[in-house]
Amino acid sequence: MGGFHIVVLVKPVPDPACYDRVEIDPATGVLARQGMPSVLNPSDRHALEEALALQERHGGRVTLVSMTPESSAETLREALAMGGDEAVVLSDRAFAGSDSLATARVLAAGVAKVSPFDLVLAGNESADGGTVHVPSQVGELLGVAHLANVIRLEVDADGGVRTRTRIENGYMEVEGALPMVLGVRREINTPRYTSLMGVLASLEKPIRVLGAEELGVDRARVGMEGSNMRPGKMSRPSFRRKGERVKGGPEEAAARIVGILRAEGVLG
Amino acid sequence: MAEIKFTQQQDMLRKAVREFVEKEVKPVAAKLDAESRFPMDIFVKMGKLGFAGVFVPREYGGAGLGMTERAIILEELGRHAAGLAMALMTHHLGVDAILSYGTEEQKKKYLPDLAAGKKITGLAVTEPTGGSDVAGQLSTAVHEDGKWVINGRKCFITNSASAEVNVITARTGEDAKGRPAFSAFIVENSVEGFSPGREEDKVGLRGSSTGDLLMNGCAVGEASLLGAEGSGMKMALALFTKIGRTGMAAIGLGIIRACLEDGVKFAKERVLYGKPLAKLQAIQFEIAQNRIEYEAARLMTYNAVGMKEGGAGADAEIAAAKYFATEGAVRAAKRTMDLMGGYGVINEYPVGRYMRDALTTISCGGTSHIMQIIVAGQTLN
Repeated sequence: MGGFHIVVLVKPVPDPACYDRVEIDPATGVLARQGMPSVLNPSDRHALEEALALQERHGGRVTLVSMTPESSAETLREALAMGGDEAVVLSDRAFAGSDSLATARVLAAGVAKVSPFDLVLAGNESADGGTVHVPSQVGELLGVAHLANVIRLEVDADGGVRTRTRIENGYMEVEGALPMVLGVRREINTPRYTSLMGVLASLEKPIRVLGAEELGVDRARVGMEGSNMRPGKMSRPSFRRKGERVKGGPEEAAARIVGILRAEGVLG
Repeated sequence: MAEIKFTQQQDMLRKAVREFVEKEVKPVAAKLDAESRFPMDIFVKMGKLGFAGVFVPREYGGAGLGMTERAIILEELGRHAAGLAMALMTHHLGVDAILSYGTEEQKKKYLPDLAAGKKITGLAVTEPTGGSDVAGQLSTAVHEDGKWVINGRKCFITNSASAEVNVITARTGEDAKGRPAFSAFIVENSVEGFSPGREEDKVGLRGSSTGDLLMNGCAVGEASLLGAEGSGMKMALALFTKIGRTGMAAIGLGIIRACLEDGVKFAKERVLYGKPLAKLQAIQFEIAQNRIEYEAARLMTYNAVGMKEGGAGADAEIAAAKYFATEGAVRAAKRTMDLMGGYGVINEYPVGRYMRDALTTISCGGTSHIMQIIVAGQTLN
């Protein structure tokens, strides 16, 4: 079989339609995901679309890799309905509370498990974490070239790569060769819709679950224990309103109201 | 009695359809209504995703699913654009006519393009002399020199202007008892003597085209006869039930959900007397009524579709679901308009369109009176 083996890193994230239900554990600063419906991270859909377009052009295989609780694995089924050949879920209690580097260690171990690979594609950032660290960290850990903020990608049949990445006030073009790890931005493409045929096909596609043992990761370097980054102090802005009754005649009251508004900075 | 529960596959399908509808259809639904325009470009996209041939077996290019999945698609489409759902519903009528009654040759010739949404079809039975009175058709098809020559006029035909493949019924003689016998034909719109006629300016469901089909010495080959000669009436009645009324029930269900969801959103956002409308008990009654009718219509629709799919007759259950869901859609739209006060009659909000769409669903596939006659007949017998 010709073509490339493309690995797409995907992540189920809390459904943006339910953000009003998001709670953060005040002790750990970690998002409480229990009971939250999850969807595929929006920018990961663009990474998957890019992989599927390359597969259509060159053939080959697309594998989805995700570090997520096993309970979220069905979100991967929805990704497989969009396309891809199989999914690998990296799930273990030891992974809970991982910061971006610890997450990248798990993901790199997952990619190594499905290797050899030609290209790893990931959404530039996750909707819940949003660090934009992970694609580059995975690239470093795998020891291959990596780029983030990719907005255009061309891959030749011989593995030659031309990319365009977004930088402040413009873009940069980078040429290279596979293997690579690329973090893509949303403007790179428009993800396809899931077809009914895709839904049917997804139910036949394998989803493998691998834990810390199978991946051979050092438990001290993943999860909360292996994370150096800790959420800082959090505070919740108060939305409480207080009323104040202004007494006096119309002119006196108006002057008083204007004074209050000035003091609050509403009027210049 | 088990609860009505969708499979994982059906839940995933609904999610996929909803995403498409919210991104591609919802933003243009008001415009399609205002312009009374059927969006061919969106139909082509729906075809690629499998909507047009959802129940067509894979060997003919379809998704190979069933009528429950079809109802899910129509409910989701009906939620935001009942007119477009109507066009798809009618397309399915023509598709199933060929799938259920066609020869192998006819299926291979027509179904792949129809299932892929590359071509549109419909079912043309109604004439100026009657719709529900199926036997009142006056169009004729005469067998001459190895051809069928069709003459007549069909009216109120959905997809009249957009269908390239038409399934048409016409009088072809008399049966043994001297009653008129009808047959069905597949007529491509390129055939000489065939043309779409005037288009109607409808109250609702304006995202679908509706109008006349004119046959003036329209000669088609013998291979165009669909099903056995004289079986057209039976075929039309079976399709009305299996495809037409189940489809209209699902579309009505979608409209009820639209009224329910939009009513809830408005009631939570609109502040009166210092608090959201939703805090007022009178408004809660309107919301509750819409929710109750949605639940009832949902159970009736999917139960009737499931019964039919399982091989039961289900004529009364389907008629009841069509009656309840479409009439319920009108009631739900009225309630949502009521709770919105003045905003309910402002066209910036879609609820006025929901009302017009709901009213228009009632005459499609048999009026509420006809549905009650079917239910009564089945009940009394």
